[in-house]
Amino acid sequence: MEAIAFYIFGALIIGLFMVTILSRDILYSMSSLAAGMVLISGLFFILGEDFLGAVQLVVYSGAVMALYAFGMMFFDATRRVKEKNGSGLLVFLLSGASAVILVIIFAAPAIGNKITPLVQGSKGLDNPHAIGEVLFTKYLIPFEVAAVMLLVAMIAGIILASKKMDESLSEVYIDTDPETEKKEQK
Amino acid sequence: MTLTLTHYLVLSAIMFTIGLAGVIRRKNLLMLFFATEIMLNAANVAFASISAYINDLSGQLFALFIIAIAASEVAVGLGLLILIYKKYGTLDLDNLSIMKG
Amino acid sequence: MENLVYIALFAPLVSSLFAALFAQTPKKILVGIVTSILIGISLVASVTLALHLMENPTPIHVELMDWIVVGDMNITFGFTVDQVTAAMMSVVTTVSTVVHIYSNYYMEHDRSYNRFFSYLSAFVFSMMVLVMSDNFLGLFIGWEGVGVCSWLLIGFWYHKEDVTRDINPSISPSWAANEAFIVNRIADLGMLVGIFLIYWNLGTLKYTEVFAHLDVLSHGMLVGIGIALFIGAMGKSAQFPLHTWLTDAMEGPTPVSALIHAATMVTAGVYLVIRAHPLYQEIPEVSYFIAALGTFVAIFAASMALVNRDLKRIIAYSTLSQLGYMFAAAGLGAYWIALFHLAAHAFFKALLFLGAGNVMHAMHDELDIFKMGGLKKYMGWTFLFMGLASLALSGIYPLAGFFSKDAILEVAFNEHTYGIWFVLWLTAGMTAFYSFRQVFIVFLGSERFDVKEVHPHEAKPYALWAMSVLAVLAVIAGWFKEDFMEFATKFLPAYEMSEHTHHMVWILTIVTTAVAVSGILIAYFKYSKGLKRSQKVENSFVYKLLYNQYYIPEFYEKAITKPYDELSTIAWKEIDMQVVDVTVDAIAKTIHTGGDVTRKAQDGNLSSYLKWMTAGLLMITVIAVITVVTN
Repeated sequence: MEAIAFYIFGALIIGLFMVTILSRDILYSMSSLAAGMVLISGLFFILGEDFLGAVQLVVYSGAVMALYAFGMMFFDATRRVKEKNGSGLLVFLLSGASAVILVIIFAAPAIGNKITPLVQGSKGLDNPHAIGEVLFTKYLIPFEVAAVMLLVAMIAGIILASKKMDESLSEVYIDTDPETEKKEQK
Repeated sequence: MTLTLTHYLVLSAIMFTIGLAGVIRRKNLLMLFFATEIMLNAANVAFASISAYINDLSGQLFALFIIAIAASEVAVGLGLLILIYKKYGTLDLDNLSIMKG
Repeated sequence: MENLVYIALFAPLVSSLFAALFAQTPKKILVGIVTSILIGISLVASVTLALHLMENPTPIHVELMDWIVVGDMNITFGFTVDQVTAAMMSVVTTVSTVVHIYSNYYMEHDRSYNRFFSYLSAFVFSMMVLVMSDNFLGLFIGWEGVGVCSWLLIGFWYHKEDVTRDINPSISPSWAANEAFIVNRIADLGMLVGIFLIYWNLGTLKYTEVFAHLDVLSHGMLVGIGIALFIGAMGKSAQFPLHTWLTDAMEGPTPVSALIHAATMVTAGVYLVIRAHPLYQEIPEVSYFIAALGTFVAIFAASMALVNRDLKRIIAYSTLSQLGYMFAAAGLGAYWIALFHLAAHAFFKALLFLGAGNVMHAMHDELDIFKMGGLKKYMGWTFLFMGLASLALSGIYPLAGFFSKDAILEVAFNEHTYGIWFVLWLTAGMTAFYSFRQVFIVFLGSERFDVKEVHPHEAKPYALWAMSVLAVLAVIAGWFKEDFMEFATKFLPAYEMSEHTHHMVWILTIVTTAVAVSGILIAYFKYSKGLKRSQKVENSFVYKLLYNQYYIPEFYEKAITKPYDELSTIAWKEIDMQVVDVTVDAIAKTIHTGGDVTRKAQDGNLSSYLKWMTAGLLMITVIAVITVVTN
């Protein structure tokens, strides 16, 4: 049962991501990326990692893709992107060779047999509980740091993308004096 | 047939190389970011699958943190893209080679 | 006493440095005066030392400082003043002082007045180092120093252009300077070999130690060292075949010729042989060769002087000839007599040169004696001085040359080397002839120039006073021969004449005087009424041969200079430029091209950077996999 799901999801994911990297239209690209994200979360569910799958859905296919969508709107990306590709052969060779190598590395039977687990959740808890337990005890500091980082990223995003901040956004002041306009134009 | 860790890892590897190919190939900066996302997700799959197969929770937590980081990276990255677009009017990589030489 | 040694040694150095301060500024009379005074101080110190050594014969020795202390080698800057050194010092400083004072007059219109005095005093310093040093290496330093100063002074008017040999046989001052230096360099190689051999075999270079241990060396080694050192002496004292530079050195100012090429530098070779007399006494065959070569040079040079027309060149040939006499004496073992002739010769030869300087100044640097004549009425004192000097040179009693030259002829007779005696006797006649030929052509007869254009005039009084010192010395120096013998033989071996010679002394003297007087008379009858030139004589083969210096300079140029030039050009064009340069350039080009190629990797394009990154990543993973698999 899992195997079938795995193969279907796997094939779809690969296909969708191929569309992502090969498509000329940014909309298609983004859409296929979003779909791929959803399917990845499906993979997580297959593996029995409920919490992670949920987070993947919410954060990735929800927030991140929304961000990308806003970005796409901003950049006037409805035009077809004209891309000059120097040599597709080079790209194909490089990526093909990397694929082969990585697959060989990962498919080697040595991997996967000799790793000893470090952190095992308490018995009897289901996945979200187990993660929660570990997250707030052993991984507390990374958690807090990640929180700070998110805060910083948020502020950075606001500053980078906003207009002048010396004006108050809540009070809207409409200047009807024609003199100020002339001064500004100079 | 029974799924082993190897299957998931092979899938992760293929996804990673797809992302890599996209990164190399794409000339539009925004689409480059898409490819980067693919790579990050491939890593996540790898972490998650290993974590499931050896019953080690740290893999999942790592994947969690990666997701958090990816999110903030997208935010800041898009902000920078906006600034580049305002300055140069284009997002085409080939026109943005001011660090040439 | 040590202080006197230092004063005598370093006063010329101070003088040179003082003048060097003004080298870039226009002429300052102060420079000439101060330098002359300082050299005079050195003269006083030298003479005091000599007089002191008359009373207390032990040599004075000072060690200035350690110089080379490496392993077993311990060479110091040491100076020793013994009788030979004191005699040389006195002669050198006397002539130097006179020349310095004279140069105040001679160079007064020269633009590089200050530079001249600096070089001249530097030369005196080097010569002092040469004669006062107590080891062979100090000698060599002084040797090189005088070589350099000679080069600087011969090429003093370096801005004169090169011309062809028929216009000026010396081509140009800078060419002549280079020739002098290079010929000396060739000889210095021989000297260095000699010094190396001494050090290698004896482990020391100090004279006292070397000469005390000569008996440990094999005869062959002694011969080798003797020959090697003599080769060095040949260069400095212009013996055949390294003689061509001396006549070309006349391109320098006349005071330089007077000081360097008459009295001091060229006598350095003789000094070396005298200094190394313990060595040469052990190898009589080499000494005989030296004497024979000296004799050959004497007549060789005299023959060329017979027909020459250049005022200074005649005197230069006569110097060459007299050097031959000195080497003949030293080669035959009569070292103190060689030293005596050195001293006497210095005085009258310098006087001759300074007189020639007066004539040149009066005739606006004209050198051709065929264009002069009848100068006696304008330059009476110069005529007197040059006549006196020529008389001394010819060996007429009671002037200095008589005592010294006759002594050498007696030595030749005493050694039963009658061939040498005969040749030297004949040369004495030729010497008298050509000296007076020159004097009569220049001063007697009628003027062969336009008096209204040239206006010859006598030199300034102070120059004449300086020359008079030399004139007095030329006259009276011979009277002190006995005192000199007593003085010198405290250090040098005495020379005993055999009984047979004692009986023959009077006959020898009369014969020698006769040949000298006859030479003078021949010259008088031929030239006193004026110059009569004969085309037949001047176009004859013998005349041409002698006039062109036996074509030796041309021969050297064809046989040695040109092939060497070709070789140098080949080495430059083929080897240096094609091989060495190309290799170095190739390395640079490779790096440059490599840089150009790799610069393309930095095109500022993110996409291509990512491609490179992927390629690198791929390579690393492949290597890692292979490493893991093979292990």
